[in-house]
Amino acid sequence: MDMSQYLQIFIEEAKEHVQSLNECLLQIEKDPEDKDVLNEIFRVAHTLKGMAGTMGYTKMTKLTHDMENVLHAIRNDEIKVTSDLVDVLFKCLDALENYVNSVVNTGGEGDKEYKNVIDALNEILANKGTVKTPEKTRSAEKPAQPVNEDKYLTAQMQLDEFEKNAVNKAKDMGINALKITLVLNSGCLLKSARAFILFQTLERYGEIIKSQPSVQDIEDEKFDNEFTVIVVSKENEQLFEKELNSIAEVDEVVISTLDKFDTDSSSAASEADKPVVEAKASETVQETQKHVTEHQESPKPSANNAPKKTQRTVRVDIDRLDVLMNLVGELIITKTRLEGTDITEKPQEYHETLEYLERITTNLNDAVMKVRMVPVETVFNRFPRMIRDIAKDLGKEIELKMSGEETELDRTVIDEIGDPLIHLLRNSCDHGLESTEKRKELGKPEVGRINLTAYQSGNNVLIEVEDDGAGINIEKIKNKAVENGIITREAANSMTQQDAIELLFRPSFSTADKITGLSGRGVGLDVVKTKIEQLGGTVEVETQSGKGSKFIIKLPLTLAIYQALLVNVGGEKYAIPLGSIYQIYNWSAEDVKTVQGQEVILLRNMVVPITRLADSLEVPNREEQANQKQLKIVIVRKGEKLTGLVVDSVIGQQEIVIKSLGKLLTGIKYLAGATILGDGNVALIVDVNSIT
Amino acid sequence: MADVQLQEFESKQFIVFSLGEERFGIDSLKITTIDRMKTITRVPKTPPYIKGVINLRGDIIPVMDLRLKFNLPVAEETEETRIIILKLEEVSIGVIVDQVLQTIQLTGDSIESAASLMNSTIADYILGIGKVDGEIVTLLNFDKLVKI
Repeated sequence: MDMSQYLQIFIEEAKEHVQSLNECLLQIEKDPEDKDVLNEIFRVAHTLKGMAGTMGYTKMTKLTHDMENVLHAIRNDEIKVTSDLVDVLFKCLDALENYVNSVVNTGGEGDKEYKNVIDALNEILANKGTVKTPEKTRSAEKPAQPVNEDKYLTAQMQLDEFEKNAVNKAKDMGINALKITLVLNSGCLLKSARAFILFQTLERYGEIIKSQPSVQDIEDEKFDNEFTVIVVSKENEQLFEKELNSIAEVDEVVISTLDKFDTDSSSAASEADKPVVEAKASETVQETQKHVTEHQESPKPSANNAPKKTQRTVRVDIDRLDVLMNLVGELIITKTRLEGTDITEKPQEYHETLEYLERITTNLNDAVMKVRMVPVETVFNRFPRMIRDIAKDLGKEIELKMSGEETELDRTVIDEIGDPLIHLLRNSCDHGLESTEKRKELGKPEVGRINLTAYQSGNNVLIEVEDDGAGINIEKIKNKAVENGIITREAANSMTQQDAIELLFRPSFSTADKITGLSGRGVGLDVVKTKIEQLGGTVEVETQSGKGSKFIIKLPLTLAIYQALLVNVGGEKYAIPLGSIYQIYNWSAEDVKTVQGQEVILLRNMVVPITRLADSLEVPNREEQANQKQLKIVIVRKGEKLTGLVVDSVIGQQEIVIKSLGKLLTGIKYLAGATILGDGNVALIVDVNSIT
Repeated sequence: MADVQLQEFESKQFIVFSLGEERFGIDSLKITTIDRMKTITRVPKTPPYIKGVINLRGDIIPVMDLRLKFNLPVAEETEETRIIILKLEEVSIGVIVDQVLQTIQLTGDSIESAASLMNSTIADYILGIGKVDGEIVTLLNFDKLVKI
């Protein structure tokens, strides 16, 4: 039976199940006694097993089956939930996720067996809950794994004569030639950046004479999860093994020593090259390296050429689809009506229908855009698990608080925003938050807090990553920058705090004293900045020594939809973002007081300045307002403060689609963009934050 | 400057429109649509010749009153008033004109340089002077118009 038609559904549902397992496991770790959550986990695992079985994914079925056994034992109170046990279950989840990703990319579940995970599960059952420490498991499994480099595609590389010569020359000089295959974690983000780090490490100890795929392809992220390099170095393989294994997100390092190549057949040719070859080995090597980069002639393994099959999908709220359906229905009716109307006999009706048609198409446009909007929740929901793992790694206690998950962004932005956020969150965990002991000393709560907040402001979506850690050490940044020769001491001394913070966003800049799995290699903030700027956004940093720091990502929302209040000002209509509205008041004109020429009102004993929108927006024909006895005041939040905006009347709440005013009219004061109303006319959106 | 641009084409189609008594021509390739007058939403804090923005099939397009831009007296809107939507260097802009008259085909030799007019208010936008059947059409080059 052909299952391919169900593949997409399987992928969607499997992803959803893995995500809900993730959430449930986090919950069970907090409250091991919660039977409901446990039942939920059991149910989801069971469903997954069924699904995988139906699709014929036997390895996945086996894994979920063993998982179920453990869960069953927990349910029957045979095993207690411990943190170690949850660790193992999370490993199962990772394995499941890898299977699903493999299905997404290749259509099959792949060859990985995750034997160690299954063994760990069975061991739990056998030992009634005691889990071997992960270190033990890891070291125990290591030698058992055959070092079979044939399983890595990139390891089967061919060297040309020139490269063989370089290897031979190195060998003659008593220098090691090593073939190193590096396998990155399948969950590795920014693979090219990680590869860059690996290359840097390799180059610290030796010279790379060949890389497969080519350096260029690796930089462009055109490789799977592995690559192979030939390195000549005075150092031995043990050192490489140790150094490379200490880099985060590297799953496996396979090193083999190369022997001298038999180059008899080409000795005549190499004879001619002799002067070059006789030059210092390192020079030859460098040239070879250049040669490789310049020509990029290394053949790519077929797996890399195959285009990824990933189908990008959006889950759509059924209500939005209904709107779309209705609009299309109306479109067809109007078209029929238009066909039946004779332009010469009933020109009026003809034109009316045409106008109606225009309105429908505009609405249709909006409706389609709405379909593209996805709540940031889809990105956020993987963070609790990530923070848990990082906290465990670092031995810190960290609490992640998220809010504004419902804020919507365009699908394309959602896809891109994950990586920068991960970097910022890791940054907060590692650099931002102090160790538990330090926090105790400082009298801070032991549990470090990270707030991840999303919200809309004007025609931007803001995402904030805030921690209550030590804050950014400005002096340290300056010193580091001087040390690295980026700036001079004088320049550093005259630098403002903001300028110094900007240094953080320079490529390869790191203030970490020691290199950890998370940070210290200077890859991160510059990547964040580049990515955000690609999306047309900005990154800002606020920091307070000892109190913490806050990274604010500001993304434009050309496509964003949000709730707004439509108001009349003079004869014009304006939209005020509902999110910034605090209250709407009817105010007697006599109660408006003046303080230093600024009109204010007393709102429950608070002095609130008011702004007459008609004046700010220079609305013509506004004499009426001056004589009004009653003022309609929309109180809005402007940062921390309140401001009253005087309008003529309130039309009502409406969902609007923000559109840019275009290049010609960008940056007009007081305006955040425009929107198209139901009647096809344009209403401008008030930028509450800038109005005075 | 204008001469250089003149030599660039063999033969080009121009849309001719009127502003008061004068006739102007715009390269037809720069024109997306010619639309009837529609509701224009005023945008505050812009120069007076920017009448505001319109909704053109879901896009927000700024609209400019050419009479105001060219320092001509303000005219009443009539049945003949049109908005010509131009696309200039990735920026779309609408210009309000009194009437759209015809399309004409002009070759390089029927266009004269407008160097003698270089002190007029619209000198910046003049490509040259076209001659059609004894009539004179001022040919406009609006690329500079998008930099206000």
